[in-house]
Amino acid sequence: MSSEAFAQPSIEPEWVLPSRGRVGMFSLIAAEAAIFTIFVVAYIFYTGKSLSGPMPRDVLDLPIFNTVCLLSSSLTIHLAVKALRNAKVGAFGLWWFVTIALGAIFLAGTGREWQRLIFEKGLTISTNLFGTTYYSLVGLHAFHVIVGLIALSLGMIFTFLGKVKPEHSERLDILSLYWHFVDAVWVIVFTVVYVVGR
Amino acid sequence: MASETLALDTIAQGTRPIADRLHAWVVTVDHKRLGILYIIYGLVFLVIGGIEATIIRIQLIVPHNHFVSPQVFNRMFTMHGTTMIFFVIMPILFGFGTYLIPLAIGTRDMAFPRLNAFSFWLTAFGGALLYFSFIGGNGLYGAGNAPDVGWFAYAPLTSRAFSPGHSTDFWTLGLLVSGFGSIGTAVNFVTTILCMRCPGMTLGKMPLLAWLNLIMGGMVILAISPLTAAQIMLSIDRYLGGHFFDTQAGGSAVLWMHFFWIFGHPEVYILVIPAFAFASEIIPVFSRKPIFGYPVMVAATICIGFISFSVWAHHMFTVGMSSYGNTFFTMTTMIIAVPTGIKIFNWIGTMWGGKIQFKAPMLFCIGFLFQFLIAGLTGIMLGASPFNWQLGNSYFVVAHFHYVIVGAILFTIFGAFYYWFPKMSGRMYSETLAKWHFWLFFIGFHLTFDFMHIPGILGMPRRIYTYEPGRGWEIWNLIVTVGVIFQIAGVLVFVFNVLRSLVKGGTAGNDPWDAWTLEWSTSSPPPEYNFAKIPAVRSRRPLWDIKHPEDPDWKYE
Repeated sequence: MSSEAFAQPSIEPEWVLPSRGRVGMFSLIAAEAAIFTIFVVAYIFYTGKSLSGPMPRDVLDLPIFNTVCLLSSSLTIHLAVKALRNAKVGAFGLWWFVTIALGAIFLAGTGREWQRLIFEKGLTISTNLFGTTYYSLVGLHAFHVIVGLIALSLGMIFTFLGKVKPEHSERLDILSLYWHFVDAVWVIVFTVVYVVGR
Repeated sequence: MASETLALDTIAQGTRPIADRLHAWVVTVDHKRLGILYIIYGLVFLVIGGIEATIIRIQLIVPHNHFVSPQVFNRMFTMHGTTMIFFVIMPILFGFGTYLIPLAIGTRDMAFPRLNAFSFWLTAFGGALLYFSFIGGNGLYGAGNAPDVGWFAYAPLTSRAFSPGHSTDFWTLGLLVSGFGSIGTAVNFVTTILCMRCPGMTLGKMPLLAWLNLIMGGMVILAISPLTAAQIMLSIDRYLGGHFFDTQAGGSAVLWMHFFWIFGHPEVYILVIPAFAFASEIIPVFSRKPIFGYPVMVAATICIGFISFSVWAHHMFTVGMSSYGNTFFTMTTMIIAVPTGIKIFNWIGTMWGGKIQFKAPMLFCIGFLFQFLIAGLTGIMLGASPFNWQLGNSYFVVAHFHYVIVGAILFTIFGAFYYWFPKMSGRMYSETLAKWHFWLFFIGFHLTFDFMHIPGILGMPRRIYTYEPGRGWEIWNLIVTVGVIFQIAGVLVFVFNVLRSLVKGGTAGNDPWDAWTLEWSTSSPPPEYNFAKIPAVRSRRPLWDIKHPEDPDWKYE
């Protein structure tokens, strides 16, 4: 995008620079990854250090269905952007909608899990170290899912209004990077919280 | 963007009503105005932080002094440290970066101008939030109360039990908010430098200013985020009853130290690398030679960037670690001195055989070179864990890091200020007053911080509000405080020089230093669009190529 404005035939006709959006998004993802790293480290450091119950193995169930939903949304958003690049706006809208739906199912699943933990198992953020680290890490991830869903929904609204054109595929592709990142973080959270930490 | 700014007539701006002009500054997304806003903001807080430092020094001038109460003393050193790091040095460095990077790489604005404005206002809001604690710190029940937990706010002092009221929360939120601003600016720096360079400016032909700010941006992204995470955890502890740093529930106070210093030590390099960038621009111009060892400078800075993420626990030797931990962090601390030493040799190599002009910017950079060397040497001393056990948390440490932050960073900031002031304002400063500023500040700096090492060696711990007579500390504390007077005098000369030059200074011209980088090819101050025609470069010194077409640099690079 920026390279066109700079193109000067005098010296280097093929002066191409990386896309601003892509570099900016990767920088943001790096910052987010560093934040998550600290929370994951805290989770691992405090695994098994709670002085009182409930312990993870007593209350946590593997959220398999949730995980499948979130991870497959990475595939659907990829298909959506690919469809838009091939100028198939209808297919784009469909896949984009499926992505939002899968993300929403995941979020609802997290909500159900939290409700069960709080009201049935009596685990809150102040109960013990496990509660503190669990709600912080999973909550931080859920917060990123919410931000992602808001951004995706904005894209959906523009699609309904007929404003999304194939030339926007680059921008939506950059947004999809963020969504892929949120999914990738879940793989780590899942491994740390539900597999290793249990 | 560019088409709008091109239409704006800069002469007509002078005749607009003052409210309009102020409004234009508030809503601006122009990198030059935001850069100046950052710098002014930083200078205002420099005065505030300086007043706090003066209060600390007056309290310590004689034993058993009652100038301020112990409680006020704690607030003063906490606010002084927090202010100077987060709301003076960072904003000023970001301000120079924001102002200079697009000019230095030959483009019209940052990659994300609105993010740029957003980041500045976040930082500004963070500072306001921190200082609001003076009136809002105790919440609804009573008078004000600033944070008093020290600038690294160790647990469990920050827990609800030991820090009631809201003062610590203002500290947490202020740093959290300004941290988001810093991350936004860093994302902008990295993206601008990678994606907005003018034609021909490959990575190997960028000015070192751009290179070093690129590395600094990357480090901010990776290092400020842990602080953000730690502040979120602290807020969870304080507001939601979490147990991250609550030892009674199995939490760990040491974990906070790790999280803070994994931010805190890269932060030192985040602050000093832009200072290196200024020195790398100023020293060649006033030595009339190109920078010595350009690729090595870049490589050494990248090395520093990487290694700085593996040295953090040398702040924690006295806390107690395993012998493996002590060995590892002693070793990495020694290793980081190597690329830093390489840089010092390169600057000296640049000056070697050059026609050195002792103008104010160069004087400050030469001061920087020697003071940074000494700061590095005391750093190596403190990096050796057995030595650190003797002098950890003493005034020796205080003297060491002030040598870095004042002697190295603030000196180069003053140098950068004089170097780019003609570009930013279009006016020339008074060289005589600038020399007065340098010598007064230089004398004051050395009186204060050279002699501050000695009470440290004699056993004076940091952060004590007073001390017993008869320990041999009195004379040193007296000298240290006397030095402050010279520093204040120097800064007053600086402020007077700036204000006087803005009104009465002669016209600077586009290129007062006969320099070689792109910012000097446009008018002073630059028009809103920076360059009427985007330049194209073929070497690291594009202006040299234009001035010396018979012997251009690109033949040799």
